[in-house]
Amino acid sequence: MAGHVDTSKGLPSHPERATLEGKNKFLGFWFFLGGETILFATFFGTYLGLRNGVADGPTSQDLFHLPLVFIMTMLLLTSSLTSVLAMFAMKKNKFGTFKIWMWITVLLGLAFLGFEIYEFYEYVHHGLGFTTSAFASSFFSLVGLHGAHVAFGLCWITVLLIRYNKTGITLTNAPKFYLASLYWHFIDVVWVFIFTVVYLMGVV
Amino acid sequence: MAAQKQEKSVIWDWLTTVDHKKLGIMYLIAGTLFFVKAGVMALFMRIQLMYPEMNFLSGQTFNEFITMHGTIMLFLAATPLLFAFMNYVIPLQIGARDVAFPFVNALGFWIFLSGGLLLSMSWFFGGGPDAGWTAYVPLSSRDYAGVGLDFYVLGLQVSGIGTLVSAINFLVTIINMRAPGMTMMRLPLFVWTSFISSTLILFAFTPLAAGLALLMLDRIFDAQFFIPNMGGNVVLWQHIFWIFGHPEVYILVLPAFGIISEVIPAFSRKRLFGYTAMVFATMIIAFLGFMVWAHHMFTVGMGPVANSIFAIATMTIAVPTGIKIFNWLFTMWGGKITFNTAMLFASSFVPTFVLGGVTGVMLAMAPVDYLYHDTYFVVAHFHYIIVGGIVLALFAGLFYWYPKMFGHMLNETLGKLFFWVFYIGFHLTFFVQHLLGLMGMPRRVYTYLGDQGLDTFNFISTIGTFFMSAGVILLVINVIYSAFKGERVTVADPWDARTLEWAVPTPVPEYNFAQTPQVRSLDPLFYEKIHGDGNMKPAEPVQPIHMPNGSILPLIISVGLFFAGFGMIMLNMENPIINPWIVAVGGLAITFGAMFVRSVKEDHGYYVPVEQVKADLKKGGN
Amino acid sequence: MKLWKTAWRFLPLSLLVFVLTGCLGETNLTALDPKGPQSQWLFDNMLLSLYIMALVTIVVFAIFFIILAKYRRAPGDDEIPKQVHGNTALEITWTVIPIILLTILAVPTITGQFMLADVEPDPEIGEDTVYIKVTGHQFWWQFDYEDEGFTAGQEVYIPVGEKVIFELHAQDVLHSFWVPALGGKLDTVPGITNHMWLEADEPGVYKGKCAELCGPSHALMDFKLIALERDEYDAWVEGMQAEVEEPTEALAQQGRDVFEASCIGCHAVGGMGSATGPALSDFANREVVAGYLENNDENLEAWIRDPEALKQGNNMPAFPDMSDEDMEALIAYLRSLDVQNH
Repeated sequence: MAGHVDTSKGLPSHPERATLEGKNKFLGFWFFLGGETILFATFFGTYLGLRNGVADGPTSQDLFHLPLVFIMTMLLLTSSLTSVLAMFAMKKNKFGTFKIWMWITVLLGLAFLGFEIYEFYEYVHHGLGFTTSAFASSFFSLVGLHGAHVAFGLCWITVLLIRYNKTGITLTNAPKFYLASLYWHFIDVVWVFIFTVVYLMGVV
Repeated sequence: MAAQKQEKSVIWDWLTTVDHKKLGIMYLIAGTLFFVKAGVMALFMRIQLMYPEMNFLSGQTFNEFITMHGTIMLFLAATPLLFAFMNYVIPLQIGARDVAFPFVNALGFWIFLSGGLLLSMSWFFGGGPDAGWTAYVPLSSRDYAGVGLDFYVLGLQVSGIGTLVSAINFLVTIINMRAPGMTMMRLPLFVWTSFISSTLILFAFTPLAAGLALLMLDRIFDAQFFIPNMGGNVVLWQHIFWIFGHPEVYILVLPAFGIISEVIPAFSRKRLFGYTAMVFATMIIAFLGFMVWAHHMFTVGMGPVANSIFAIATMTIAVPTGIKIFNWLFTMWGGKITFNTAMLFASSFVPTFVLGGVTGVMLAMAPVDYLYHDTYFVVAHFHYIIVGGIVLALFAGLFYWYPKMFGHMLNETLGKLFFWVFYIGFHLTFFVQHLLGLMGMPRRVYTYLGDQGLDTFNFISTIGTFFMSAGVILLVINVIYSAFKGERVTVADPWDARTLEWAVPTPVPEYNFAQTPQVRSLDPLFYEKIHGDGNMKPAEPVQPIHMPNGSILPLIISVGLFFAGFGMIMLNMENPIINPWIVAVGGLAITFGAMFVRSVKEDHGYYVPVEQVKADLKKGGN
Repeated sequence: MKLWKTAWRFLPLSLLVFVLTGCLGETNLTALDPKGPQSQWLFDNMLLSLYIMALVTIVVFAIFFIILAKYRRAPGDDEIPKQVHGNTALEITWTVIPIILLTILAVPTITGQFMLADVEPDPEIGEDTVYIKVTGHQFWWQFDYEDEGFTAGQEVYIPVGEKVIFELHAQDVLHSFWVPALGGKLDTVPGITNHMWLEADEPGVYKGKCAELCGPSHALMDFKLIALERDEYDAWVEGMQAEVEEPTEALAQQGRDVFEASCIGCHAVGGMGSATGPALSDFANREVVAGYLENNDENLEAWIRDPEALKQGNNMPAFPDMSDEDMEALIAYLRSLDVQNH
């Protein structure tokens, strides 16, 4: 039966895909990310269509500050790397190392989120509120949607880490951690596009 | 090993079920109720248009009815009715015990239902949405539309989530859960079309979710996406809507094609002509379906180059669709056809759909569309596709799968009467609408003046609607009559059909297949009838069967989403009784709380013991 | 070639007359009786596609009826028919033939699209080309003759036999500008300017419609397009440009005071005035009030007293308490607004 895997000799090499349930989750999550891609694509399209619709409000050239965004990008890229290191540890069944890398990922994500909140706060201070112009609305909704994904990812990983703090890697939780890590990479990739399309194109 | 399942009360069982068969029946019931509701609205609208300058409905009420009729029919009637069959039939046809994510499957149903109910709540809070099912801005933006439109936005947002998660479930089920030997190119065509339709849902409902989010932000939080003098753009909404809206047509019509491709071979006693061509034609239709959205916007002023490109792209869809039409015809050609009710619906689908398809090609000629656009010609065209295509297929599927789902046949005499009354009514209603459009009658008008030569055809059209209504009443009578007097079905295969769903006993055991079948060909059951003993060969010994536990969490998550949506709507109400934020945040807390419980609490399901499987096998006889 | 063209014109007519026994709809409204070069082109190409599609339909129906006649299963016949997998030659046939048919339709699709989009003035008319700025409002039409310097409401005048260019705007929501007997429609979109052209072959009053859902009274957002011979058109333009004459009757003079107290904030008379409501410079010649009711005193009074009852959701304020005397005077004044017969 597909649900049964012999774990007496330790975990299989791909614990996240060893059971049928794990396989289903793995595939289903890729489909989910496919849908998410289109969701973000629509928000990107909206932003590109409206980024010159500044009405009387400030423009992107007036506001965007690349050094800050660069730091944020580095934080998120590094967090993606640490989650990869955690997955390596998971496959080698080193639970302690795994947990450390995961917690570092969470901390980096939190730092990113902090910078983003600071950034939004600054913009509002400089006259770019959510309702200032179509550009403002589309900027805040695109970057904010990404920020909401980061926040959700942080909650998800934290819940998993606390829930499975003492169980070690099992065939039940391995798919969950793996998917959370996949989700985190997705968020990272989206940010790279935001960095390019919103910020780099916004300052020139 | 987890404990055995406990006995539960009937209501609790249905509220917590994760069984794809029960969910299929729930989709069927919910979809039918919404279908009747939107159908009654259509009847009222046709009564209003029966004579010129009638005062049966006001312009405002009429606009609310057109909006709700379209929205309900597409999102809350056609989609769930197709999902009903997809849920019930797909696992059986691929030889699976359940879907890949039974919990998500239940979640999809409950979220769809709570979204639908949220949309319907609008009637009690100052009237329904009134900007058409396309909700074009600025008519739907904060300056021109009331709170009814917030119900539209949030109701569709919620029910869309349900549709989306269901689609992911179907995709994974079809890829991962097939029985041994059931290769992709042996999948029944209904499974194929459902698979491709689910892909479309995945890539089309997400733009809709994004678009609805933008409209919600505009309406409730004063964003400026669609406000022209604040830098916004009203045409943007049309693009986003139709990037969803055009694939939506294929989301609905492809599974309908699938049903037709099941019923026609079964009652022609012939395998589907050109199976491979059918599969690839479906893929091409789906792919092109994403390339043609702007043909709904020819008169927006996109310019001649864009119009020409989208016109040509649209025309190319006629090619794969034509392939399908001829393959159905040649499936029947040389067959031994039994014209029962299911086959009457399925066979009449073919020429009827052609009538809708040819006007589609006419509409694709962008410059001539300047004449057709937004007239009754368009109304006639898409009703030929949706009623003449999807609804006929749904009725064919209903009569075909009814014995498997409910253990008795629908009455054939009443069924055939229903077919003729409905079919004649359909043509009476919609054929003349082509001419009305060409004679200068725009669509979405609540009345017309008496001196414009439009009276006769409008009258005929309304009479046709009475026939269609009478037909649906006959169906209801049939369902009730057959429940008491209908022929009971005890055999697995009452139609002498070809596919795997007819290999499981009636009523279907909770675990579907006592032993997973070994599939040796396309139309596996037919293959065993010819080359074997008529029974599927088992691919495994009789052993304990792993089953998922039921859960009340899907219902709780959906209730939470209902309140979250309702709270958001309350932000736009004049005098909400309680602070809207309490409702919205409370609803989200319920949803995320239930998701948290689901994530943290491990549920490994239970096993049906071997003894019981063996006992069932003996009882079932095969 | 000429003969072919004549036959081409004759064939559709005979067919349609046969099928519809003359039911083509109202002249000067229906698109089945085209009255201008654009609508004639649309009609001809609709028929072209209709014939090609009829061919396809006939083939499908023929096969279908043969199947119905030949392949019914007799009761008790349990023979299993031959299981055919498919047929490559047939598959190629019904792929290639539609492609050819669609190619035939693709050619006029592209040429026609550019023909419709060509809003350059006709070189033969040159500088005399009439440009009209159209603005859609809930639920009426504003027509600005900017070069001539005046505004008209609800009724648009054009010269016969000339390509007239329309510039389309929307004041509030989407509308769509459509004169079915003369040509195709185009949307008026807030924030975006569209251009189209129309031409009428013969003088007449053509019915126009709003073709995009725009609110509760979308169905009543009709207008008239009046095509006049060039000299009559020029006379009308002159009348619209002229100074507004003092009303001669005492009652009408009294009515002008009422108008100036209650109406002038929204309705312009003469030249370019406020465009909150339709301009009324030529009101006496309007065929209808409220866009759809016969222009008589009774309807006019009902409209002024309670516009909402006649046209749900429109923006005109009601004057339920206006005295009968004022009402009579106001109506007399409005009847005196006549630029064509003075």
